[in-house]
Amino acid sequence: MSEKFDVIVVGAGPAGNAAAYTLARAGLSVLQIERGEYPGSKNVQGAILYADALERLIPDFRESAPLERHIVEQRMWVLDEESYIGGHYRSAEFARPPHNRYTIVRARFDKWFSDQVQKAGALLLCETTVKALLRDAQGKVIGVEVERDEGRIYADAVVLADGANSLVATRAGLREDIRAEHAALAVKEVIFLPREAIDARFNLTGQEGAVIEMVGGITHRMLGTGFLYTNKDSISIGIGCMLSDLKRQRLSPVELLEGMKAHPAIAPLIAGGEPREYAAHLIPEGGYDALPQLYGDGWMLVGDSAGFVNAMHREGSNLAMTTGQLAAETLIELFRDKQPATAANLARYRSRLDASFVMKDLKKYRRLPGTLERHRQFLADYPALLNQAAHTMIRVDGVDKRRKEKEILDAFRERRSLLGLLGDAFRLWRATR
Amino acid sequence: MHIVVCIKQVPDSAHIRVHPVTNTIMRQGVPAIINPYDLFAIEAALRLKDRLGGHVTVMSMGPTQAEPALRKAISLGCDDAILVTDRVFAGADTLATSYVLASAIRTLGQERPVDLVFTGKQTIDGDTAQVGPGIARRLDMQLLTYVSRIVEVDPAKRSIVVERRAEGGVQVLQTALPALVTMLEGSNEVRFASTPDMFRAVRATVRHWDRNDAGIEDIKQVGLKGSPTIVSRVFGPTPRAEKARQVPFDPADPDSTAASLLEQLLADVPKVRKELEQRRSPS
Repeated sequence: MSEKFDVIVVGAGPAGNAAAYTLARAGLSVLQIERGEYPGSKNVQGAILYADALERLIPDFRESAPLERHIVEQRMWVLDEESYIGGHYRSAEFARPPHNRYTIVRARFDKWFSDQVQKAGALLLCETTVKALLRDAQGKVIGVEVERDEGRIYADAVVLADGANSLVATRAGLREDIRAEHAALAVKEVIFLPREAIDARFNLTGQEGAVIEMVGGITHRMLGTGFLYTNKDSISIGIGCMLSDLKRQRLSPVELLEGMKAHPAIAPLIAGGEPREYAAHLIPEGGYDALPQLYGDGWMLVGDSAGFVNAMHREGSNLAMTTGQLAAETLIELFRDKQPATAANLARYRSRLDASFVMKDLKKYRRLPGTLERHRQFLADYPALLNQAAHTMIRVDGVDKRRKEKEILDAFRERRSLLGLLGDAFRLWRATR
Repeated sequence: MHIVVCIKQVPDSAHIRVHPVTNTIMRQGVPAIINPYDLFAIEAALRLKDRLGGHVTVMSMGPTQAEPALRKAISLGCDDAILVTDRVFAGADTLATSYVLASAIRTLGQERPVDLVFTGKQTIDGDTAQVGPGIARRLDMQLLTYVSRIVEVDPAKRSIVVERRAEGGVQVLQTALPALVTMLEGSNEVRFASTPDMFRAVRATVRHWDRNDAGIEDIKQVGLKGSPTIVSRVFGPTPRAEKARQVPFDPADPDSTAASLLEQLLADVPKVRKELEQRRSPS
């Protein structure tokens, strides 16, 4: 006898968990299938949790979720070989509950999230890989087949939350394989340090945390960013660049990470620490124009498997949770009205997405990846110029300030020309407006 | 036929780290798995069930976090799972653990008489290989350790024949049921659960037995109090200085590669080399 559920959710990351949680809470019968040994065992993120998306699902999550530190200080660094120029924003308001952002350890957090999903009534199968989608004669998806004996499991709808390279959707022909120019490859290390050392190095007390987002020389003219996040007794440090750039420049992410760790501004922050974890992850950063078809007869894509990532603002897991929730709400409405999960009916998922911050933000930055890719000056020349400018102005060496200003302007003109500078300003404005 | 398999949830040794100062195992954040040797015990029990029919109960003493290990055993085909769990069991050494498990098996035997108990040869976190024999002794069962193959079990004659790995060879042993068998690694290949079995496992109820359910008679024999073992010192092994050697390999000329390898190996053992040279030139 085959099993049949209202909905099958493939994947137990933030998107899958949000979908399964919402569906189960509404009383639908939900099966969630996870390939890893336990939820979180295969999941990789920086990782920062934006409270808002989770709060909409589980308002009192702060009482039981395993959170590392709440972030009170955000640093933005533009790096050159030996220097950085940047801004820090720290606010006492960030230190007051309810906190807005937290660092988390995904292995622990995902386990907790999955516990909430199971308590809500969803059934979870781990160590089970979905190999194909089942379809009826009309092509409507009616279930999945897993890589175990007697592996056919049926459902009225299948929500695919199986991550950046969504093997299930790709194999089923629902979307194309992710393209190198639409994917970033990020690597990270978790470096353990005594709590007190982290507190002292980042000027923190109690549960406070700080984060540094970095651009510039560390990516070797490739489109990418680096990050450093403080956990309770460890630091997550990582760097990611577009896969197509890495391919072209024949650089391995490991080399980038080693270079970044050796930067004179970063090395002292992690000195004496013990690296204990190393992870790599593909991030779908193609943005709005790379989004595949998001739903069809009996199926929906949520989270990374659809490419819901705001690369500019380093947001992903919140988009995953939100899209998981919106997909679930669409299905709940259909089940309530006894409507089938046809493509026509699932179009309501798209309307929900369009009305949410997810699509609005992705649309706002749709030109950005292309602009930065075509105009490498943003990735290398400007970081260097900004650092030089700061250096020239701050250094006291008997040269008068008017001459220093002229030197800086000349340097900019020499690298980019006056027209180039104007063009760049326009491009940046257009890409982010 | 009622078979009980005793398993333990252990930290995955592939991820384990030893604390540099205290030399104790750092369990924090290390994923938990079924003790690998116990998987062979589970598989041996299931194969007997496949052949002879019967009922397989999987049992573990441990904290409630050990429940996933028991659920996994159910997914492989065990019929029933019991987690013997009580705060008073904490801090147990092998003596106290075998007392608790023996009591629980005795109690379970009142539901359904137990013919066979399987365990792995030892755990990968303690490496003592004492709990299995401890259970057998307390239940007055025949004990078969380091078993590499179950040759035959005859429920009518109440007998079991096994192959046991011993120094210098393999022993073939026959004894009477009830017996306790500790299984060697590689003695079988553990099965992959089917989809219906996965569903059965996630929906199964794992029975939790406290000291009363397990029929513990003497509370002084359990947990830290019932554990006479004293750990006087923990130390890490000194790393061996031996290093791997590289022998240049010429795919076009395997003979000379073999010759140079032999040359290197013989350089370490002059005695053997001399002997060989003498044999090569008998004149």
